[in-house]
Amino acid sequence: MRLFIACFLAVLSVMPLRAETVTEILSANSELVEKASRQTIAPVIDAIAASADPTAATVLAAWAEKGLGLRESDGRFFLISPTEEGFDLTDLTGASAGSAAKTDITQLKPNAGVRGLIATALVQFTLSDHDPAKRQAALASIAQDATAEALAPLRASIAGEQDTVLLARKMRLERLLTLRFDADSAARVSAIEGFGADLGLDLRGALNPILSTTVMAAPKSPSANIARELRVGRDLEPVAAYEILVAAGLAPARLTLDAQRDALKANLTDGMVGGVALADLDNQAARDRAYTVLEQEGKVPVAATDDEAAAALAAYKFFEIYTEADPAVTAAAKAAIDSIGTRVGIMQTADLALDGLSLASIYFLAAIGLAITFGVMGVINMAHGEFITIGAYTGYVVQLYVTDYTASILIALPLAFAVTFACGVAMERLVIRHLYKRPLETLLATFGISIALQQILKNVFGTQARPLTSPAWLDGAWVLNDVVSISYIRIAIFVLALVFLTFFLWLMKRTRLGLEVRAVTQNPTMAASMGINPDRINMLTFGLGSGIAGIAGVAIGLFAKVTSELGTDYIVQSFMTVVVGGVGNIWGTLAGATMIGGLQKVIEFFNPSNTLAAQTYMILFIILFIQFRPRGIIALRGRAAGD
Amino acid sequence: MRTLIQPRHRSMLVFLACLALFTIGVTIAAQFGLVSTSFVKTLGKTLCLCLAALAMDLIWGYAGILSLGHMAFFALGGYMIGMWLMYARTAEIVIASLANGGLPATPEEISQGIATQIFGVVGASDLPAVWGFAHSLPLQLLLVVAVPGVLALVFGWLAFRSRVTGVYLSILTQAMTLALALYLFQNDSGLRGNNGLSGLQNIPGMDAVGQDRVSLWFFWASALSLALVYVGLHAIVAGKFGSVIRAIRDDEARVRFLGYSVEGYKLFIFVLTAVITAFAGALYYPQAGIINPAELAPIASIYLAVWVAIGGRGRLYGAVIGAAVVSLLSSWFTGGRVPSVPLGFATINWVDWWQVLLGLTFVSVTLFAPKGIGGVFDRLAGLQSPDRKGAPLGPDDGALQEKEAQQ
Repeated sequence: MRLFIACFLAVLSVMPLRAETVTEILSANSELVEKASRQTIAPVIDAIAASADPTAATVLAAWAEKGLGLRESDGRFFLISPTEEGFDLTDLTGASAGSAAKTDITQLKPNAGVRGLIATALVQFTLSDHDPAKRQAALASIAQDATAEALAPLRASIAGEQDTVLLARKMRLERLLTLRFDADSAARVSAIEGFGADLGLDLRGALNPILSTTVMAAPKSPSANIARELRVGRDLEPVAAYEILVAAGLAPARLTLDAQRDALKANLTDGMVGGVALADLDNQAARDRAYTVLEQEGKVPVAATDDEAAAALAAYKFFEIYTEADPAVTAAAKAAIDSIGTRVGIMQTADLALDGLSLASIYFLAAIGLAITFGVMGVINMAHGEFITIGAYTGYVVQLYVTDYTASILIALPLAFAVTFACGVAMERLVIRHLYKRPLETLLATFGISIALQQILKNVFGTQARPLTSPAWLDGAWVLNDVVSISYIRIAIFVLALVFLTFFLWLMKRTRLGLEVRAVTQNPTMAASMGINPDRINMLTFGLGSGIAGIAGVAIGLFAKVTSELGTDYIVQSFMTVVVGGVGNIWGTLAGATMIGGLQKVIEFFNPSNTLAAQTYMILFIILFIQFRPRGIIALRGRAAGD
Repeated sequence: MRTLIQPRHRSMLVFLACLALFTIGVTIAAQFGLVSTSFVKTLGKTLCLCLAALAMDLIWGYAGILSLGHMAFFALGGYMIGMWLMYARTAEIVIASLANGGLPATPEEISQGIATQIFGVVGASDLPAVWGFAHSLPLQLLLVVAVPGVLALVFGWLAFRSRVTGVYLSILTQAMTLALALYLFQNDSGLRGNNGLSGLQNIPGMDAVGQDRVSLWFFWASALSLALVYVGLHAIVAGKFGSVIRAIRDDEARVRFLGYSVEGYKLFIFVLTAVITAFAGALYYPQAGIINPAELAPIASIYLAVWVAIGGRGRLYGAVIGAAVVSLLSSWFTGGRVPSVPLGFATINWVDWWQVLLGLTFVSVTLFAPKGIGGVFDRLAGLQSPDRKGAPLGPDDGALQEKEAQQ
């Protein structure tokens, strides 16, 4: 009560001082200021903020920073700054006022609550601060923690804003605050409608609290802003509905099984409870019977039966009530959210398409080398994944010696190609050459090489992930709006995939090597009789396929963890891509990669929390797809087709 | 009796004799405490792997279908028996703990307690529908055979019907096992996600019997199953049916033109081997004690092929020898009990380099000894491949070339 009176008195004493200077306000309320507390000081701070005195902002800021002091001798306030002996004093108007010993000055140390009040009052000054960075920070803090109090100072600061960018932000923020906090319903509705189908997260963040609802039970329609009536059984489970009644004190709590068991145990006498033997209590019906007897004897509280519960549910209706009381505002907000939802849906589709495209280009890069060896030579290279890993490790080793990331990547790409090309050629000469007539054995022999290579890499580089850092200009993402964005690395990989597609097409269609490769693919015997050396062609194609795997490894290593198992994560998807796309045709591989990448993203979209499920369903789909097109999307005749 | 000692049955008799001697030897050694319980378990598990390898040999070595998904059936069999083991074991514990609660437990409380106990680890408290038969051992044993069998039937029917052959089929089976593994890795798959099923070595109702006895029983059961399946498969491959499936391996089109239902034969072999593998898995996992989706990884099935290839495909005893030798060597090398080899500049630590050795051995076997270890017995027995004057043994790409067959 005393507090209230003090508060009341404070308000009275401040009131007449409105138009005066900060000095006068402070000295008139020096008692309050000196023992400032959150409950009592608000009128003083408001008075200072509202005064026309230009020093108000400085004084408030100094106060919050413990830079305001009271000279005990005459009760005057000064801006103080601590020195060795005491404090340097500055008059509130800015003029120096000498210095004073520590003992002469009472330094004001406002607590956290008071500092909070001061900070709120300061917003209007920072919003008009001459430093744009401070204005921006003030806007950001209001946007983060929107309150009704910020609205008035924000509106006041718009008129004086010179910076066009900040002006736009202020106007937007003002609209956002208006639609939430303005007293006038029409102003709020017009603010909501003024946004149209804006996609900003901030707008959705402002609209959603307006539409928040609570469920309440009432015998008939309450006079609140009703969102909808919930039908028990259709919109609301009976159990949940009854719990609402219990929580509101409108119905007694139902008997839980645990409570029933405890009650039965408590009333156990001579191995009998409620006329039922203990040994017979091993089913629910017997327990209910015993409890009913106990109820009739008055030993346990009466629990609501099913009929009573049903009656209670029937007696009440359930409503979703908007916490926002104004129906016009909620209607406008709902309309706005709905139209935003449609736009967001379209944008999400676009985002999904971008994601799918980027995944497709990764799969394309990983699979293109496999497609070459499988398509041209009919050889399944199970060690393809390890070639990808070798490429990524090559990038890591290069970065050990070349510290400039851009240069290191530019060196790593051709070097990875060279290393894996050499590995591929060696593997072809040593192993695969001897197994051309036995594709199943090739599969197994290359698998043997795969496990050996993987273990060697593990022994050399260890099991922990090694960093392969992308250049700084590939960091970040290209943000179109709050929904659609794609990281630069993914764009780079997309471009790389395009480059390889072009390179491959040029190689196959425009060069002598490509001509010979195509000839060997279609008919090796005939090609040999035309003077083409199939051995050499096979060796080169295998090397080429392996080399591209190395480059894919560098690209994948930029965003994935570089471990010895990097390649294994992509090998099955690569096989799928080749098989689905159809063997021996680059367009088939492209189609396969697009289909698998797109499909995986679409499935993930329906079940975003579960990428495992997405992969499962995708593989199932592929197995079914193979049923209908066993030779892939684009089938090719010739040796590779196996007919 | 006269038919049994025909030369074509000789290998089977020798094998059975060896297996019997081995079983008796291990039993005696275990009785006198010469081998540890865990080693008896390892041997029992190895016999189960041999069983799976037999199935793999039948489908790959005889029918020429390189399935890279048979370990999926193996693990499925393990999951099916594991569900019963875990359910029954948990039921015992739950009933015991509820009995301390003062009142006899109701059936609802028991099933709720079991569900909480088993699925608390994945944050669920209801028993999924797939556990509907877990309370009954006969039903669950039926599922051991039925689930992998039906899966193989559906998958095989789809694949063979659309004439998917060769490496395509291999990749497709690999995709199948990967899909299954990924599915089981999910927590809401109803089989405890990546936690898998555990505590399977505790046989319900046999707490009084020590693990040393139980492991020996399982060892005997594994040996007996191996013997029975060997005899059965030998009967299949030595008869007319065996001739047909070998013919399919060597020239599928010709067999089809001769009027045989190639797809039917393939499907039968696929389902039969899947069931045998699942049965092996159901014997294996109670000895291993734990099963999780990692067991279905594509690599496991490839290892199965590796064993058969090293042992020698197209010979039943080859598959058994391959699986036993490679898996025992593997656990010996990776167990860290093999002395390291100092090379001066570096030391070869076999825990790290065993995989490399295995991979390279495998490549060499594929290149230089396509008949594997079984080929040694062929040579001892004086078995020669037919002299076809340099022509391939079969016209198909997958058929052995004469030159290779003689190596």
